[in-house]
Amino acid sequence: MITLAAVAIVLPFLGAVACASLGGRRGDGPGPAAGGGSGGSGGSGGGAGGVGVIGGGTGGRVGVVAIVAITSVAASTALTLIVALDVWTEPGVRTGTLAVVPTGSVPFGIGLYVDGLSAVVSFMVCCVALAVQIYSVAFMAADPRYASYAAFVALSTAAMLLVVLAGDLIVLYVGWELMGLCSCFLIGHRRSDDAAGRAAVRTFALTRAADVAFLFGIIVLGLGAGTFSVRGVLTYDYPHGTALAGTLLLVAGVAVKSAQFPVHAWLPETMRLPIPTAALLQTATMVAGGVYVVARLFPAFLRAPATLTVLGVIAAISMLGAALAALAQDDLTRVLGYSTISQVAYVAAGQAVGARDAAIFHLLAHAAAKASLLLAAGCVITVLGSGLLHGMGGLRPAMPVMFWSMTIGWAGLAGVPVAGGFFSTEAIIAAARPGGGPPSGIAAWAAVLVFGALLVTVAVTGAYAARAWLMTFFGERRATRAGGARSVPALMSLPVAALALPALALGFCGLGVPGLRPEPVPTILEVVMVAAGVGTAFVVWNRDPALDPARLLGRRIRGVLARGFFLEGAGDRVAVHSHGAMRALAGPVAAADDRGVTAAVVGSGRALRRLGGRLPVPWGGNAQAYVTGLLAGVVIIALAVVVFG
Amino acid sequence: MTAQEIVFLLLGVVTVGSAVLVVTTRRLVHAALWLVVSFGALAGSYLVLTAEFVAWAQVLIYVGAVVVLLLFGVMLTEAPIGRSDALDSGNRWAALAIATATAGVLVTVVVRGFKDAYLPPRPGGGTAGVIGSSVFRGWVLPLEVLSLLLLATLVGAIVLSRTDVVREPSDDHDDHDDHGDPADHGDHDGQGRGDA
Amino acid sequence: MHVVYPAVVAALLFSIGIYGVLARRNAILVLMSVELMLGGVNLNLVVFDIWLRDRLHGGQALALFTIVIAAAEVGLGLAIALLVFRTSRTIDVDAPRDRREDRGPADDEDGSAAAAPAAAGAEAEPGAQ
Repeated sequence: MITLAAVAIVLPFLGAVACASLGGRRGDGPGPAAGGGSGGSGGSGGGAGGVGVIGGGTGGRVGVVAIVAITSVAASTALTLIVALDVWTEPGVRTGTLAVVPTGSVPFGIGLYVDGLSAVVSFMVCCVALAVQIYSVAFMAADPRYASYAAFVALSTAAMLLVVLAGDLIVLYVGWELMGLCSCFLIGHRRSDDAAGRAAVRTFALTRAADVAFLFGIIVLGLGAGTFSVRGVLTYDYPHGTALAGTLLLVAGVAVKSAQFPVHAWLPETMRLPIPTAALLQTATMVAGGVYVVARLFPAFLRAPATLTVLGVIAAISMLGAALAALAQDDLTRVLGYSTISQVAYVAAGQAVGARDAAIFHLLAHAAAKASLLLAAGCVITVLGSGLLHGMGGLRPAMPVMFWSMTIGWAGLAGVPVAGGFFSTEAIIAAARPGGGPPSGIAAWAAVLVFGALLVTVAVTGAYAARAWLMTFFGERRATRAGGARSVPALMSLPVAALALPALALGFCGLGVPGLRPEPVPTILEVVMVAAGVGTAFVVWNRDPALDPARLLGRRIRGVLARGFFLEGAGDRVAVHSHGAMRALAGPVAAADDRGVTAAVVGSGRALRRLGGRLPVPWGGNAQAYVTGLLAGVVIIALAVVVFG
Repeated sequence: MTAQEIVFLLLGVVTVGSAVLVVTTRRLVHAALWLVVSFGALAGSYLVLTAEFVAWAQVLIYVGAVVVLLLFGVMLTEAPIGRSDALDSGNRWAALAIATATAGVLVTVVVRGFKDAYLPPRPGGGTAGVIGSSVFRGWVLPLEVLSLLLLATLVGAIVLSRTDVVREPSDDHDDHDDHGDPADHGDHDGQGRGDA
Repeated sequence: MHVVYPAVVAALLFSIGIYGVLARRNAILVLMSVELMLGGVNLNLVVFDIWLRDRLHGGQALALFTIVIAAAEVGLGLAIALLVFRTSRTIDVDAPRDRREDRGPADDEDGSAAAAPAAAGAEAEPGAQ
């Protein structure tokens, strides 16, 4: 089993290497080299030819790269499925260690750790990555740097699998860093776009800063337990202080990766990047990776209730604020981006109240729904040429597949009954309700805060989901290009539909697990809140389908919300305001610098110059003479130390 | 006095003697060649001290790369190849005084501090295997930092010696620069890879 | 073997290097002398590593690092020397006197004093021979 898991990690990595080397020669040619050259490399096979046709006149090399990228991830998916089934039939932990590396103090081992959690999450990662790779073939076909793109997607898949399956915290950290790095490369993929480059650099700086804390957290936990192995860390009984320090440091890294409240700003920025990348980042790698680590090291977190309280508060703020922000967005992709922050905050909240299984269940349900939604949004944007909601409407007859997929996706996000998100949301609410779930030691007030925020957020989520859904597919057709000027290629609609199915059906898997089964009171609470949210959005929208419901809602509520919440409704403003705050902070610092430090430096320099001006010795700028004097001084000092010291 | 000590002292005399010649000879090229002798003897000293890997690194990098690089530098800067009296600057006597004082202080301190210290009769291994495992286990982080430093040096040397970046103050030396540049690049490149 | 022998050789190498740095005029000779100093330091590192029987072989590892850094330093130093040679046609270390901070009327009292050395360097005449 461990061997299979190891092969599953290595395969996408090899695929990335192969993609990069295959695409290397393409990059040398000036301009987009797509098309044309396919005649010479006709031997690239029937499959490649088919891909080329769908991609719209791309060269044979794109086909080869696509085949390699898809095959490697598909094989990984099959392997992780086998591993997951094996763990399903015969629960238990499987570990394997390739080598133990002595470091002088605590050694670390290169090994894997497979249990139910890591098996199911690794399968989810592979599924999303496979869908993204297939989708990208059509979506990115015209991109001259498709090969490097595919390579980075494959590499970040491999890195995420390494994080998920790591049997040692150091190995996990390696995967974690690699994943963050690949994500930054993917964010900055569009080189022509300056904003993308800036977003990539900003994300890079932010994640690196947080990863320092993360690394220290790992070191604290590892040194505390005397081993870096996951098994050892999970079973070690930490003293309270060690657990608190280690997990708090971990939370700092996790919050950035999962885009939680104080450090969430990078995620909406990344919506400039290619849609399939956004889907990968938001559901399978970066964002999921953060909360996965919390789930992985959950026993350590349970020993530090204060950390769980911090996590709960962060999650509560993030989920509500981001949901409100999503309500106010006009760009479909930004709605989805804020929605990711909000949904991942559900996961974190579930963990904070001690319901790890429910949280991971929601992570899976969200991954299926959000990946499907993002990829479908990519199709809609491809057809319309714009992602702005006020330019959409009436798309239902033109795009039936997209309509049904997005319907399932939005229903899953909002928690409409029988969609996957319904069961998972319900499970988290059930755990968060006072006296509900397993006791996690979280502070009582924080538990109440999380519970309240969850209920309100469910309603807001219903509202923004309904709003986006209605504005996209119903009402009058507004966009001029919506007449099917470009149809959606089969390679793009297929993954969307394929991801929508688990988003719908996943919920029933939870019926077999105690603790995830719906209970009456939380179910009723949840349904009522969803109905309230969806109903409000529908009523407001129904009054005048041509107008954005959020504007009507916004005018009444935003005045209240804007002062009470940090996001103030619009992501742009968040960036601007944090920028403003930075500037406001930088002002006094700069002034102090000018007045204090600079003045001191300049002043002392001037004083020395005056002093030097009185010295009669004409040294005349000979560096050697200066060094002679310097060394003479050193020798005299050394002599003095030797003689008198 | 053991055989090891005798061999070491002989090598030490060669090292110090050729080092003195490096800093006193009147021919620039001879200085570089005496440097080879000095470093070769120093590598021999490392061998006597059982630090094999350091010895071979010393031979490869110093004798093989650094001296060649220095000779290139001599060539490219049109330095006087033959005997020249202008190699020493005016403050030779001050330098001699300082160097003597330094040597006096250091030798006195060392002799007084370690007069009873003896190396183990069978000193620990300095083979490539031992040093390699210690470098890649205990000293990985410094090694990586060092690779960054080398990269920065590489970039810095290229930037410094590019003619299209630095504006020339006068035009009549252009042909020389065209000769000088590629050689410098290539040489430095090769050397950087040699170390890394 | 007595620790003093290699330690004394190292000290002598270092002192000879100091003499070279201070007494030599040609920049390349100065670089050679710096290499001599580094050689002395390396010898010390190796000797004390062996004497102390360091388990991690810190001294020898550091000696290797020093060798690498010395090589990098020579590369960069020669690049600088070539640059200086290109601009002023000489690499004698006591020749370029432009570094001297001219005491002009501008930088006596006012705040622009900090910019004066850079300006002086930029305006320097190329042929200082």
